[in-house]
Amino acid sequence: MTVQGIILSDLDGDRTWRLADYVKRGGYEALKKIIAEKIPADQIIGEVKKSALRGRGGAGFPTGLKWSFMPRAFPGAKYLACNSDEGEPGTFKDRDILRYNPHTVIEGMIIAGYAMGCERGYNYIHGEIFEVYERFEEALQEARDAGLLGQGILGSDFSFELYAHHGYGAYICGEETALLESIEGKKGQPRFKPPFPASFGLYGKPTTINNTETFASIPFIIREGGDAFLALGKPNNGGTKLFSVSGHVNKPGNYEIPLGTPFSTLLEMAGGMRAGRKLKAVIPGGSSAPVLPGSVMMDCTMDYDSISKAGSMLGSGAVIVMDETTCMVKALERLSYFYFEESCGQCTPCREGTGWLYRVVHRIENGLGRPDDLDLLNSVTANIMGRTICALGDAASMPVQSFVKHFGDEFAFHIEHKKCLVPKDVQHEGSKIYVA
Amino acid sequence: MGALRIAQEEKGWLANETIEFVAKYLGMPAIAVYEVASFYNMYDLAPVGAKKIAVCTNLPCALSGGVHAAEYIKKKLGIDFNETTADGRFTLKEGECMGACGDAPVLLVNNHQMCSWMTEEKIDQLLADLKK
Ligand SMILES: Cc1cc2nc3c(=O)[nH]c(=O)nc-3n(C[C@H](O)[C@H](O)[C@H](O)COP(=O)(O)O)c2cc1C
Ligand code: SF4
Ligand code: FES
Repeated sequence: MTVQGIILSDLDGDRTWRLADYVKRGGYEALKKIIAEKIPADQIIGEVKKSALRGRGGAGFPTGLKWSFMPRAFPGAKYLACNSDEGEPGTFKDRDILRYNPHTVIEGMIIAGYAMGCERGYNYIHGEIFEVYERFEEALQEARDAGLLGQGILGSDFSFELYAHHGYGAYICGEETALLESIEGKKGQPRFKPPFPASFGLYGKPTTINNTETFASIPFIIREGGDAFLALGKPNNGGTKLFSVSGHVNKPGNYEIPLGTPFSTLLEMAGGMRAGRKLKAVIPGGSSAPVLPGSVMMDCTMDYDSISKAGSMLGSGAVIVMDETTCMVKALERLSYFYFEESCGQCTPCREGTGWLYRVVHRIENGLGRPDDLDLLNSVTANIMGRTICALGDAASMPVQSFVKHFGDEFAFHIEHKKCLVPKDVQHEGSKIYVA
Repeated sequence: MGALRIAQEEKGWLANETIEFVAKYLGMPAIAVYEVASFYNMYDLAPVGAKKIAVCTNLPCALSGGVHAAEYIKKKLGIDFNETTADGRFTLKEGECMGACGDAPVLLVNNHQMCSWMTEEKIDQLLADLKK
C-alpha cells in the first residue's frame, strides 16, 4: 500500500490498529484539544468548512455545510450515523480504514457528535466484512475503557455513545435513509425526501450521515487546521483521498493521494497495465459512475471537478480499470444484473426498468439483440432517471447510457454479427485469476 | 437483525419456526421479522450445506478471475450456483461485491470468514480444510 496521506499513513498493516498505536500517531489529540480548550461547536464546523472536505461516500457534498444543517436549538435527541456499508462495486477503502485505523473513525465521530450536539452515534458496517465489524466492537471497547467515549468524556460534561451495527447483504442500505431504516431493525427501503435526515432521521430525530472516510478525515482537520487539509488537495477539493484501484492493473489496492493528482500517476502507482496491454476504459468512481474511454481518463486529474468535467463522477473513488481484452457488453451485462438484483422494488420505474435494462443487455451479449435495442436502452434509462425515490435508479442508468455512448460500435457489432468484437479466448485470457 | 444472525449461526438456516421464535423473543409480529429475514441476502430461508461458499463475480472481481474461481469450484464440487453437494457439506452461491475487490478473487465462507486472493491452489487448500 502506497501512502502519502493522512488516514492510512504510518501504519503497519494489521499490527497497529489498537488504541495505544493510534495515540502514538497523534490520535485523540484533536479531541483532547477540543475538550481542554472548550472550543465552541461553531468553530469546529467553521474549520471543516474551511478544509473543503467533501463527502467521500459518493455524492461529494461539502461536509461542513451538511453539518451546519443540523438544527442547533432542537430540544430532544440528535443522532449521528457512519456509513460503512461499502457495497458499491469497486470500492474497498472503508474496509481498510476500519481494519487498520478504526480509532480515527471513532475520534472523527466523537468530534462530529460534539460539533452537532448529538448524544448517540451508530456505525453501520457492511455485513460481508463481519470480521471488521468484530474488530470495530473491540476498538469501541478500548475507547470506552479509556474514558474517550461514553458519559462525561475526558472528565468534561460532554457525553457521546457510539455503537456498531452490521448489515446482512443489501446494497441498498448504503443509501442513507435505507441505512436508517435498517438501523431501526427494518427492511432497508429508502424513504421519501424531504423530509431530509437533518430534520427527520433516525427514530424521527435530526440525524447526520457521513461516510467512513469523511469521519476519518476529521481528526487531521482539527489537529492541523482546515487550511492545512485544503492545501493537501486543490481549491474546492480539499485533502487527500483514498482510491480503490481494481481491474486490469498489476497492483490492485488502495492508494491515498492528494486530490488533483493526475490519473496517469495513480495508474503508475497501481503498477500499470497488466502484461503491457492497452488501456481501454475506466470507471472512475464506482460502478454507478459513467464509464470513460481510456484516452479521456489519461487527461484527467483525480478530483471532483476534473472528473465531472470529463462527464463522469469521482463518486466513492473506486477506479475500475479495463484493458483491451474486455468486452464492454459483457461488462455492462454484469453491472446491470447487479442493479436489477439490488433494486429494493419500491418504485415501479426502478423495479421494472432495471429488469428491462438487464434483459436487453443480456440478449445483446448473447447474440439475440435487435436493431432497435440501443434506442430501447436509452428510452428505458430516460424513463427511470429522475423518477425514483432514491438514486439507485440513476445509478443503474448511468452505466448503461455511458457504455452505449462511448462504446456504441461494440454494441452494434454484437447486434449485427451475433458475437463479441473481442474474441472469447482473448477475454478469457484477460480476466483469468490474477494475484499480484 | 443481530438476533436473526445469531439464530442462523445456531440453526444453520432460518426455518419459519426459528423466525417465529425470534419474533416472540423480541416481542414483534412474526411477519415483521420474516420481512427482514427475506430482505437481506445473507439470511438463508432454505437449508444450506454445512459450509456455504459465496464467490463474488461482480465486474471488478470478474476482471481478476472471480468468474474463473467460481467455475473452478463448480467443477471441483460438481455443483452449480445455489446447489448443495449430495453429502450436504457445501452450498455454492454467487455473491455480489463484498467491498474487497482489491483482493480478487474473493469468497465468503458461512457469511463471516472472508478469503482473499483465491488461486486454484488456495481453493484446493480451503476445500480440504473445510472438509475436516
Ligand atoms: C444506492 C446507493 C448506495 C450507496 N452506498 C453507499 C455506501 O456504500 N457508502 C457510502 O458512504 N455512501 C453510499 N451512498 C451515499 C449515501 O446515500 C450518502 O450520500 C453518504 O453516505 C453521505 O456521506 P458523505 O456526505 O460523507 O459522502 C449510496 C447511495 C445510494 C443511492
Ligand atoms: S429507486 Fe429503486 S432502490 Fe431506490 S427506492 Fe426506488 S425501487 Fe428502491
Ligand atoms: S467486486 Fe468482488 S468484492 Fe467487490
